[in-house]
Amino acid sequence: MEMTMTRTLSALALILTATPGLAQELNALVWCDHTDPALIRPFEEKFGVKVNLKEYEGTAAGLAILDQSQPGDWDVLVIDAVDVKRAVEAGHLAELPADQLPTADFFPELVMAENNTVGGKTYAVTEKFGYNTVSYDKSKVDPADMEDMATLTSGKYDGRIGIYDYYLPVLGLVALSQGIKTADITAENLGALREPLMALRKASKQVSEVVAAQTALATGEVDIVVGGGEWLTAVLATENPNLDWTIPKQGALRWAQSIGVVAGSTQPDLALEFVKYIVSPEGQAALATSSCYWGMPANAKAGEVLSPEAKAVLRWDQQPDFLARAQLYPIPDAALDTAMQDLWTEMLNQ
Amino acid sequence: MSLAARDRRLAWGLMAPALLWTAAFFVLPFLGMIALSFAHMEGRQVVQGFDTGNYARIFTDWTMLKALINSLEITAVVTVISVVLAYPLAAIIAFRVPARWQRLALLMAVLPFWTSYVVRSYSWPLVLGQNGVVNQTLLGLGLIAEPVQIASTRAATVVGFVHFFVMLLTLTIYANLIQLSPNYARAAQDLGASRWQTFVHVILPLTLPGVVTGAFLTFVLCIGDYITPQILGGNTELTLPQLIMLQLGRSGNFPLASALSVVLMAVVTLAYFASSRWLRLDRV
Repeated sequence: MEMTMTRTLSALALILTATPGLAQELNALVWCDHTDPALIRPFEEKFGVKVNLKEYEGTAAGLAILDQSQPGDWDVLVIDAVDVKRAVEAGHLAELPADQLPTADFFPELVMAENNTVGGKTYAVTEKFGYNTVSYDKSKVDPADMEDMATLTSGKYDGRIGIYDYYLPVLGLVALSQGIKTADITAENLGALREPLMALRKASKQVSEVVAAQTALATGEVDIVVGGGEWLTAVLATENPNLDWTIPKQGALRWAQSIGVVAGSTQPDLALEFVKYIVSPEGQAALATSSCYWGMPANAKAGEVLSPEAKAVLRWDQQPDFLARAQLYPIPDAALDTAMQDLWTEMLNQ
Repeated sequence: MSLAARDRRLAWGLMAPALLWTAAFFVLPFLGMIALSFAHMEGRQVVQGFDTGNYARIFTDWTMLKALINSLEITAVVTVISVVLAYPLAAIIAFRVPARWQRLALLMAVLPFWTSYVVRSYSWPLVLGQNGVVNQTLLGLGLIAEPVQIASTRAATVVGFVHFFVMLLTLTIYANLIQLSPNYARAAQDLGASRWQTFVHVILPLTLPGVVTGAFLTFVLCIGDYITPQILGGNTELTLPQLIMLQLGRSGNFPLASALSVVLMAVVTLAYFASSRWLRLDRV
């Protein structure tokens, strides 16, 4: 009870002191899904603050920004869940009070304590997840073909495939197609991925980042996106219900993003409030259906806020099966990471 | 103090802000970049030192070398096509369009400049795509049976670049042509030269500085551009700026990115020396 009273008073103090006149600002280094006003505005209005958002892509870029910043420049960081430890080791994340996070309401697989916790201390909390798998236009391809990754390089869909330009999930998918678990990718067996990766590249028309991949699928430039998933097609579902995604029999990769408070933040209490808002059912529902890309909320209670239509697009009811069949991103050490990126660069310049 | 000494001091005073700006935001960072290009990575850490490994890799690793070759090929093709298209356009505006309409004609020529470069680049795939204007027109005219792949190819990158640089070159060449006295052409024709001979032996040599200046600017901007090949090329091949971005954004390999940037600067410097005989940057 005393704890609850303290928290209530802290929140009240934050609301009272954060008047617009004081122009309190929270600086967050995020992925593009956090830039949706529908997600940010309720927090800004509740606390009377302005949230400044800077987008970044790729952990290396995010960590580089933090490396080059002064302590206090950033308050909140959104990061790939598998890279939380990397950020902690670099001293960029502050400890979070685990008892104030609603992880008990999360899908159990998404608590991801092995990723968000270092040395028994919690540094981040999972906020959103989804799958890197196969997205397609079901009016143009046979959905049954999409259940087997081998079909992609069979010649049937040559020139109609786009590849998502992110080496970790796509190399993970290629590994799965070769019967290698993502956690088992090593410098030794990476060579086994070269031939199937190059074959996939040969069968594809383009390798594109998020927006270009979405555009290509939506405009019919490609009919299949390898590495896509609900994050690619869900946002377009209303306009084009033919865009769909599936997890092939070889499996898929599960992506997850975490959020934490940046070490050295000058307003850690407000930053923590932001984190708590994001993982609340309301924040989770807004984040799940963000205008940039959709994804499953980590907090299962968001299901009480999301509309039935949104849940259908997110395949809410199929999550137990999907979660069982998906593997986490590979977590390469520096040497393997370099080797994977070199292979990816070679593929791009094939 | 003599008048000359006071003028010199005033001149230095006026130049000082620009010199300081250039030193602080170009010279020093550039020297830092050169120093960083000799560092190397150990794991995810940058280790300072004098290691020529990054440069050795650029010229021995086929993926890196191919990116340089791709950049040079694309830049050469874009520069030539842009000059060939821009020269007649500039000449028509300068010599055929009545003086009172020339300003409007130039305005029309550079109108696409008014939209964002990125927006323009993202628009091209809609024109060149499978269901884009070009393919639909060709299909409608019965010239092709199946849509041809233009988007996500080098051709798309070249089209996007040429669209931009024809505007730039039209301006630089026009600025040169308009300064040319009509008496040169009249004199040549009085001496019996045909229109073609007048153009080849009189007009073209006199406007060469404008052409070379525009071509040099095209070369510099094109070879260093990341957006157009990234959006229009569909990552079907890599150019040098794309490779640099991969090292910066993905790998965090700042030493290799610096070495690639130094190579890019060296290529631009070579282009400058190759064209310096005709280069008149004051005509821009």
